[in-house]
Amino acid sequence: MAHRPFDPKHPAYPGGGRSTAILTLRIDGQDVGARSGDTILKVARENEIHIPTLCHLEGLSSLGACRLCLVEVTGAARLMPACVTAVRQDMEVTTRSERLQAYRRKLLELFFSERNHVCAVCVSNGHCELQTLAETLGMTHVRYDYLYPPDAIDASHHRFSVDHNRCILCLRCVRACEEIEGAHTWDVMGRGIEARVITDLNQPWGESESCTGCGKCVQVCPTGALTEKGRAVAEMVKNKEFLPYLRVMRRREF
Amino acid sequence: MMLDEINAIAQRQREKEESFRHRIDVCIAAGCLSSHSDDIVAAFEKEIARRGLEKSCRAKGVGCLGLCAAGPLVAVEPAGTLYRGVAAGDVGEILDALASSPPARLHCPRETPFFQRQLKIVLENCGRIDPESIEEYIAAGGYQAMHTALTRMSPDEVIREVARSGLRGRGGAGFPTGLKWSTVAKAENATKFVVCNADEGDPGAFMDRSVLESDPHRIIEGMVIAGWAVGATRGFIYVRAEYPLAVKRVKSALAAAERSGLLGGSLFHTPFGFDIKVRLGAGAFVCGEETALIASIEGRLGRPRPRPPYPAESGLWGCPTLINNVETFANIAPILRNGSGWFAGIGTEKSKGTKVFALAGRVRNTGLIEVPMGTSLRDIVFAIGGGIKDDRGFKAAQTGGPSGGCIPEQHLDLPIDYDSLAAVGSIMGSGGMIIMDETACMVDVAKYFMAFCRAESCGACVPCRVGTTQLHRLLDRITAGRGAATDLARIEDLCDLVKTTSLCGLGQTAPNPVLSTLRYFRDEYEAHIQGRRCPAGVCKL
Repeated sequence: MAHRPFDPKHPAYPGGGRSTAILTLRIDGQDVGARSGDTILKVARENEIHIPTLCHLEGLSSLGACRLCLVEVTGAARLMPACVTAVRQDMEVTTRSERLQAYRRKLLELFFSERNHVCAVCVSNGHCELQTLAETLGMTHVRYDYLYPPDAIDASHHRFSVDHNRCILCLRCVRACEEIEGAHTWDVMGRGIEARVITDLNQPWGESESCTGCGKCVQVCPTGALTEKGRAVAEMVKNKEFLPYLRVMRRREF
Repeated sequence: MMLDEINAIAQRQREKEESFRHRIDVCIAAGCLSSHSDDIVAAFEKEIARRGLEKSCRAKGVGCLGLCAAGPLVAVEPAGTLYRGVAAGDVGEILDALASSPPARLHCPRETPFFQRQLKIVLENCGRIDPESIEEYIAAGGYQAMHTALTRMSPDEVIREVARSGLRGRGGAGFPTGLKWSTVAKAENATKFVVCNADEGDPGAFMDRSVLESDPHRIIEGMVIAGWAVGATRGFIYVRAEYPLAVKRVKSALAAAERSGLLGGSLFHTPFGFDIKVRLGAGAFVCGEETALIASIEGRLGRPRPRPPYPAESGLWGCPTLINNVETFANIAPILRNGSGWFAGIGTEKSKGTKVFALAGRVRNTGLIEVPMGTSLRDIVFAIGGGIKDDRGFKAAQTGGPSGGCIPEQHLDLPIDYDSLAAVGSIMGSGGMIIMDETACMVDVAKYFMAFCRAESCGACVPCRVGTTQLHRLLDRITAGRGAATDLARIEDLCDLVKTTSLCGLGQTAPNPVLSTLRYFRDEYEAHIQGRRCPAGVCKL
């Protein structure tokens, strides 16, 4: 195609291709600037406003599923998930209120009641995002029944193991495997409370033919559900820094 | 296909029908068919042939005649005589009575409130035409509205007409149809889609199934008009695989419409073309939620995603997509045929037209009914429904399925429309209506619906996945006589959490049956907890 240097939107034009509209909004009473298309979560984090998240991870697609990042938007009938809600001009967002914090604590309690989250004997004790959130949000007890599902551990892989007792179904492993590694070893089986993450067609992980053994799923897992073998209690520290790096390296914008 | 061809088909078909002195219509929708009404058609044909009456008498299968409780039903036209509980062995007796009065044993009088109090728009052809015959649909005025829309109206005019009619989405939420159409029409994209949501899944609901089984061409016509209005050239009918008969009839209707040039390229010699494909749901209730439905059609896991963006902006494969319910599409052709003013003259101020209900539960006349919006619940239960079976007392009407609520006796005079139902803590829903008498335990009913939501939750978000499980446990404990005094407060707190924080409509409305029974039948909960007894005698405490 012919070069069109005078089109300010053309990528070859200085500043071209970046004609994104800039808008302003207010988060927790603070005036902030944003690019159109940004999410509330992204803008909040840029401005050091902390919104708790669990299923969200920079570098992966967003689900809006854990509901911890729900925020109040003035004029909206419902609470909105900050990780997938786009900012609008003059939006008024509240990320912290007594009501929101109470909902977040209750949601965390539901997570803890769902499977067998026993921090004291967990390899991720002290390095667990669920545990950290419970501490920062002041969740001191669980008011719901512990469901104690009889879940198994699959340690058939030679380097990693999956403990469904610690899984919170954030699906980071599923997304990392499909979107970053491209293997799509992980997926979900079952519905509702019966849902479980599975490898291939619910075969033992060690027998998976699609798994490349890259370990990205392990590193993105927020809890002690996916771990490297050979770690004792509190020894499993995860490293997620590779994700944004891979994302940047794979961009095709140059 | 041109208009004169359509008119010629209609003319031929009418003349053919009028050549018979007696026309015997046997209901072959799923309800009567399950009582082997197809054998009755065969028996009639055999007996007519045996008596040599082929010239003056014909028998055929038609769609739902409505009064399912009395099935299998047979109607004899033009006399208008209706027979109930017919078996294949009765055909001789009915043929004998063609010239005289019908035998009392089989006669089902049509002068009863069940038939007189209804107003049929969506169901106008149900029980009148053979669902597998495109000629009969055309003879009943079919495809005229599509011709008018495509050849004499601009897309904007069609949308204005639908908007002026005041039609609201019949899937349950009642979103204004004209507004939805104009949103999709305004979206700028070369590719757009029209989707018919036929993933009817509420317990006790069978409106969409009956329409698809009885009058499938009506949906096709509505979808093509919608495609013209919003600028889409491809459509999908998403129907659950548990409806094999509806699937079969829809597929045969699609094939017939394609053969007749009423689907495909350059319809009525205009540049506009439209195609429709059928996609089957694999049994997940949540796939009736529009974003999960989209994921399912795309071949992905049937799980909802947060909205916005709404499908009108980004739907199937990221393209603007119009999603309407079966009954909504079924209203389109009549609106264009008779004018928006006619439609807007029916119903209440904010809810126009009629609503189809699947009347089920403890009423005498269970079946498929269509009434003007604003009809009172009392009329539906006691006039049309014929009152409660076994002369028991009315207790509650459940509308809206697992997303709705239970309406108690004190609201029996409520005019049924979207807003009045919402005001008493229920919803219109897609049209399931289950009538309960005094033998129903409302805690048990709430537990039943919570078990349904728990099993049908997709599991994507934690409040729905774990919240419905916890709610079900609490309700289960109460019905087992192990409820604690604090449990009601815990239930209310949890209901608020699930309602407020769930990702999609399933979770956001899952607490409704619990909240509405707590609102009107709190004493029953308290009797279970404090008195350790079930007032209705249902729960084993």
